[in-house]
Amino acid sequence: MSSLVWAVGDGMVLAKRNLIRTLRMPDLFMSSLIMPIMSTLLFAYIFGSAIEAPGVSYREFLLAGVFVQTVVFNSVITGAGLAEDIQRGIVDRFRSLPISPYSVLFGRTASDLANNVLSLAVMVLAGLLVGWRIDSSFGEGVAGLLLLLAFAYALSWLLAVVGLSVRAPEVVSNASFMVIMPMSFIANTYVSPEGFPGPLRVIAEWNPVSAVAQAARELFGNTNPAYPPGDTWPLQNPIVASIGWIVLILVIFVPLATHRYRKAVRR
Amino acid sequence: MTAAIVAQGLVKRYGETTALNGFDLEVAEGTVLGLLGPNGAGKTTAVRVFATLIEPDAGHAEVAGLDVVRQARQVRQTIGLSGQYAAVDEMLTGQENLELLGRLHHLGRRGARSRAWELLERFGLTEAANRRLKEYSGGMRRRLDLAGALVARPKVLILDEPTTGLDIRSREATWETVGELVSGGSTLLLTTQYLEEADRFADRIAVIEHGAVLAGGTPDELKNQVGGHRLEVTLSRPADLSRARSVLASVSAGEPVSDAEGHLSVTVTAADGVLVDGIRRLDAAGIEVVDASLRRPTLDDVFLALTGRIVEPPIESSSEKEAQEVVR
Ligand SMILES: Nc1ncnc2c1ncn2[C@@H]1O[C@H](COP(=O)(O)OP(=O)(O)OP(=O)(O)O)[C@@H](O)[C@H]1O
Ligand SMILES: [Mg+2]
Repeated sequence: MSSLVWAVGDGMVLAKRNLIRTLRMPDLFMSSLIMPIMSTLLFAYIFGSAIEAPGVSYREFLLAGVFVQTVVFNSVITGAGLAEDIQRGIVDRFRSLPISPYSVLFGRTASDLANNVLSLAVMVLAGLLVGWRIDSSFGEGVAGLLLLLAFAYALSWLLAVVGLSVRAPEVVSNASFMVIMPMSFIANTYVSPEGFPGPLRVIAEWNPVSAVAQAARELFGNTNPAYPPGDTWPLQNPIVASIGWIVLILVIFVPLATHRYRKAVRR
Repeated sequence: MTAAIVAQGLVKRYGETTALNGFDLEVAEGTVLGLLGPNGAGKTTAVRVFATLIEPDAGHAEVAGLDVVRQARQVRQTIGLSGQYAAVDEMLTGQENLELLGRLHHLGRRGARSRAWELLERFGLTEAANRRLKEYSGGMRRRLDLAGALVARPKVLILDEPTTGLDIRSREATWETVGELVSGGSTLLLTTQYLEEADRFADRIAVIEHGAVLAGGTPDELKNQVGGHRLEVTLSRPADLSRARSVLASVSAGEPVSDAEGHLSVTVTAADGVLVDGIRRLDAAGIEVVDASLRRPTLDDVFLALTGRIVEPPIESSSEKEAQEVVR
């Protein structure tokens, strides 16, 4: 029990270190704010005005997708940050200290979560500006945002495994995009997967990103009969499915990342 | 005396490379051991095993009586490590770097802060305390990294080339700080490229090559192993070299080593009177000498004799290397 308290305490100390680093790299920090604003505006105006739909506008349908995609992309930072710390020998130093491997990984994912809170906040503001609304209740709206954050947090652990396996920071973002590009596009992020060719459609329907996007739409009250979710189980029960995915990802990737971390040495 | 560090038959392979190949070591508590060896000998690999960063493929190692594999966590509580390359956070200030380590050693917020300032002062970094590491020079970084290893006043200190890249003043300051820690009962394992430093500061030395220890002992023991004293003369006319060689052959224990500029060096059997005797003989043969000295073997000689013998089997190339050494 007390070792868990230490692990969390050490994790907070390390998360603070990561956040200080981010704040001291103004170009990186600004781009992490501008990117989400830009995607929101671009997608809203370019796609949002191209496709007309009855009832809730396509723009509103679209924004949940933009939110999901942005937090998915943000998780790359987790892997890149770890790889950089390995390359600079910081991980060697941390590993020679009497701290739990969980502390370092928890610290990393926690600071990336803080980053995602910020991204999501600016996207919500930008969204409200272009006419996106939470058409459900305040409570459901908050639940939707929390679900997005929880999913982003789980993905951080997945990308941590990528970062700890690939190691050269330059390679990490490419390797990560090989995972997250298909993950975020073969989904219902921007269009309903109804029209996807056979196998892609199956993937899209079972993709965790689709479940989370659909769950966010439901919680925000942004569902649209013109874009039916499809009738597979995860899309019919997106909230349960999303929570299931989040738990599953954590159960697999927390131990895997820890295992990888224990072996990580600078080369 | 109990051993603070023990290694028995350590083996570590990286693919085709065998970085450690039956590495044995014992470092008594409260002493300084210098690990010497040419590039790629396996020094860093050994350091990493002791620091619990990598697990050996075979063999067994203990630090402070704790198994480095099975009790890695406890080992980490007793060691301070400074790796071959400074592991510092570029974006944090010197003080923040040390405070972070103090926090992670659970010194508490206040404890970590005061320890950080203590060490910054110790290593002459107070003025740079609030500057980010990316603005530090290489030597300053190195010093901060060393300070990082000392944060928790470790019982066993492991330093991989601690003074490489430091100016003389910083090197002295480092030895002073480390020396205090050792006189307080801590044990130090260090690797270094500066043989005269190892000679001065290490109680014992282990020479490693191809992942195994070739020789170990106190600096004096090792020097005696290499053989007796060396008589070195510089001739005023290099043309006399070959005659001088045959003259000195009578006092030398081995083949004389010479170069084109008139430097000649021979290993002698007995030190007593050999310098005067040698000069007399040269003088009698009409060979003019501008400089002559008798010196004890240095660790350089030990290093060359031990590793040169293994790396370069032909006598030619090893005497060539020695000849260069003599010139220097
Ligand atoms: N991570 C690694 N992957 C592959 N080979 C490695 C790795 N680390 C070390 N080696 C190899 O193991 C051998 C020993 O390396 P090590 O770094 O221990 O040498 P060293 O004695 O510290 O050398 P130096 O004086 O250059 O620091 C070398 O041949 C090196 O190439
Ligand atoms: Mg080395």
